[in-house]
Amino acid sequence: MMMHLTALRRAAQGHIQTPRLETPFHARLAALSETNDWYSWAGYKAPHSIFDTELEYFAIRSTAALFDISPMVKYRIRGADAERYLNRLTLRNVAKLGLGRVHYTAWCDDHGHVLDDGTLFRLGLNDFRLCCQERHLPWLVDSAAGFAVEIAEETDEIAAVALQGPTSFAVLEAAGFAGVEALKPFQLSAFPHLDGTVTISRTGFTGDLGYELFVDAKHALSLWDRLWAAGTGFGLKAIGYDALNRARIEAGFIVANADFITAEAALRADRERLPDEIGLDWLVDAEKPYFNGRDAIFRAREKNSLKHILIGLEIEGNIPAEGAIVYHRGKKEVGLVTAAIWSPLAKRNIAIATLSRPYGSRIVDDLWVEIYALRELQYQKLMKRARIVARPFVKLDRRSANPPGRF
Amino acid sequence: MKKYDVVMIGGGHNGLVAACYLQRAGLNVVVLEKNDWVGGAATSRELTPGFLYSNCSYVCSLFRPEIMRDLELPKHGLQVISYEGGAVFTRDGDYLASYRDHDSHRREFARYSKRDAEAYERYARGVTRQCRFIQPLLMRTAPDPFSFKPRDISELIYLAKKFGEFSAAEMAATLRFWTMSIANFLDEYFETDVIKAYLALSGIIGTALGPMSPGTAYVLLHHYMGEVDGSVGAWGYARGGMGAVTKALASSFQASGGTIRTGADVSKVLTRGDRAQGAVLADGEEVLGNLVVSNADVKRTFLKLVDEDALPERFVHRVRHFKMRGSSGKLNIALDSLPEFPALPAGSACIRGDLHFTDSVERMERAYDDWKAGRWSADPFVDMMIPTTLDPTMAPPGKHFVSCFVQYCPPKVEGRDWTDADRDAFAETVIKQISDYSPGFRERILHMEVRTPREIEQEVGLTEGNIFQGELTFDQLLFNRPVPGYAQYRSPVRGLYICGSSTHPGGGVMGAPGRNAAAEILRDLRHTPSNKMSLAHDVI
Repeated sequence: MMMHLTALRRAAQGHIQTPRLETPFHARLAALSETNDWYSWAGYKAPHSIFDTELEYFAIRSTAALFDISPMVKYRIRGADAERYLNRLTLRNVAKLGLGRVHYTAWCDDHGHVLDDGTLFRLGLNDFRLCCQERHLPWLVDSAAGFAVEIAEETDEIAAVALQGPTSFAVLEAAGFAGVEALKPFQLSAFPHLDGTVTISRTGFTGDLGYELFVDAKHALSLWDRLWAAGTGFGLKAIGYDALNRARIEAGFIVANADFITAEAALRADRERLPDEIGLDWLVDAEKPYFNGRDAIFRAREKNSLKHILIGLEIEGNIPAEGAIVYHRGKKEVGLVTAAIWSPLAKRNIAIATLSRPYGSRIVDDLWVEIYALRELQYQKLMKRARIVARPFVKLDRRSANPPGRF
Repeated sequence: MKKYDVVMIGGGHNGLVAACYLQRAGLNVVVLEKNDWVGGAATSRELTPGFLYSNCSYVCSLFRPEIMRDLELPKHGLQVISYEGGAVFTRDGDYLASYRDHDSHRREFARYSKRDAEAYERYARGVTRQCRFIQPLLMRTAPDPFSFKPRDISELIYLAKKFGEFSAAEMAATLRFWTMSIANFLDEYFETDVIKAYLALSGIIGTALGPMSPGTAYVLLHHYMGEVDGSVGAWGYARGGMGAVTKALASSFQASGGTIRTGADVSKVLTRGDRAQGAVLADGEEVLGNLVVSNADVKRTFLKLVDEDALPERFVHRVRHFKMRGSSGKLNIALDSLPEFPALPAGSACIRGDLHFTDSVERMERAYDDWKAGRWSADPFVDMMIPTTLDPTMAPPGKHFVSCFVQYCPPKVEGRDWTDADRDAFAETVIKQISDYSPGFRERILHMEVRTPREIEQEVGLTEGNIFQGELTFDQLLFNRPVPGYAQYRSPVRGLYICGSSTHPGGGVMGAPGRNAAAEILRDLRHTPSNKMSLAHDVI
């Protein structure tokens, strides 16, 4: 056994030859890529764009888009105590998460500071998959002490792809996934694919009609080809992150370590955030049994000691306010814009921002953002009025329509 | 007879840093160095033709960039280059590599444990958080909490404000961190022994403690709070060896009009009444000065160079009991070709970084057991570096200089003085260990310099060959370094200052003690140092 482990360990030495890993779909992405515009997503080569960010965005909103989400960190949690364990770990009530359902959730350290957000898939009564942005194995394993659960990191083994857009259901139907029309939002089901299965959930990060498909890495390319062949009549395009990012801002979704700093990533204690400070208060289930960070969250609510608030802004004009400082009465610095775009769908200039309370909570008017627009090597400094608006910025009926539409 | 404003005893890096700042402030400074070269423990010496040995200190990270800039060291030839890689070899024929690329580093750890791979980021953040805590203290005189002088109080308020940014949980973590052992600290993050052994090395290097001794976690921090061009925790090579640091300092000093006298061995601090007046050289010559600054360690300064009758009893007692124990040795080797490590894949970057051969914390602790018994470790841990893999200036093409830092190595062998035979046997222990992982290493050796605490003390003047001029344990830091009440570079003798690594913030080629000492001296002289002394950088 000992020798066997050593041999396995030595066999893995060569990883340094490929410091950037390729996802199971990479061969297809590389073949389609016209821009050759790659970045590192958690150590994997991932595309900023495939052919044209603008047109890729419109694929999401008008036809269908395939986005490789394999680098997303995936943990498998199995065992008799899996539900009890996850209920203690995360904010939402896992007992309410039915078999074959998915929910968005978050988890906190003992001080109630958010460690990450992610999606929890209930694949079986005692079988869950947790998907997130950052790596948490030590936290998950340490938290498992005293629970009958097994925790496995399965990022490499499971390929995943998001199929998003108004024709995404039509693509799946054409690809022969019989019964997929029955999937309601946040529902998942297993479908046969070759000699294995593919798990399809009606989920996504675009606020549009869409699905996410999880498959054993060895079946990744055949799954891609199956979707691609089916997609020809439905405007299916492969897309990169830049296009997806536009869609997710319109949908009002936040990204860990972009719109907030996770507790373990923060070097400065004042950068850590309670769920209520990043708009995740609705995840906290007051009825469920004890969960990690519970006391700190409720104490902060009672004492009214919440310091920050994450809000949506609508800004006058059309210049995106990415990274802009938010002012009250044009003078007092009260926050920062973490994500901003001109929304093609809403025809509005939208942003996600974090403000220091009471700005954004009690004081909501007379907010301004300072935008530096670089115009041919000169900054044009703009002070624009901003109004707090509800997220999502864009709400599409087709996202939740049952049965799903074909376009 | 010429009288200088300042007589600096010793031309090590801190002495030269202080001398540079004082000379630039308009004072007339002479540096007295006993050797025929300056540099102290930061030297590059050609001990065999064509090879430059960094024969004491061997890597650079701690040296403060503020000082490099203030003293224009780049103009005087200093370049620090980052290196990549490093590895610890395991007894089963594998290795654990260290890679600069974040994800490669994680995947390398994952070969041993997926959990540890994901714990590394957590660990790095934990240590970086502690760095944020200590960094504001480096480039300032440590305030004395018991003096109640307005300046100490305002400094304490400044620090309290800095620390006010830290949460209660962080304060608790810091207190634990400053007092716990490196083994316990690592246990809280990792499960794999070889990973812990690799990281533990920084906790005991230069320290007469084992990885399981309380207080060693802080020593790790001391090795982590440096930077190479803003990359915190990174280490680099000084191009041309560590002597390049002191060579640039000497050049900067002389360019601003300072005087260096080599071969000038100070035997006494000259005192008249209760004031230091200069130094007496071994040949009886007196070099006069209004002020005297000693770059020598606190023991050498006050137990050898100053007469006891000029010093208070308790002060002398404290100095005597300041822990400055010899714990390490050094092999400097000229090789006629690059050593081979069959465990490493061809072309591995690891060879350009630090190479270790101790794959468990327990082996390190057992090595320490030998030291306690007064013997050099039978199974020592070696920090081996081959700077010539990146620096073309230190050896002829194709040939290499190898620096091996070795621990533990006692100041005396079973209570008696070192002999040449002991020294050779010590070297053999090390060569044998390296040869286990690098066959043919021995045959490649063209020349070798072996340095036990005896040789280091003889040449450099460091008491017991202790590389930090006093161990970096919490009882010997801040306002307790080196002696309570005398932690602000002054001494019981009026006009006598100390500026070496025995003072706050401690050892390593950092330069901060020299700079802080110069600031105190200028303050006493009513100079305003601020215009020629950069404020400490905010790094993290």
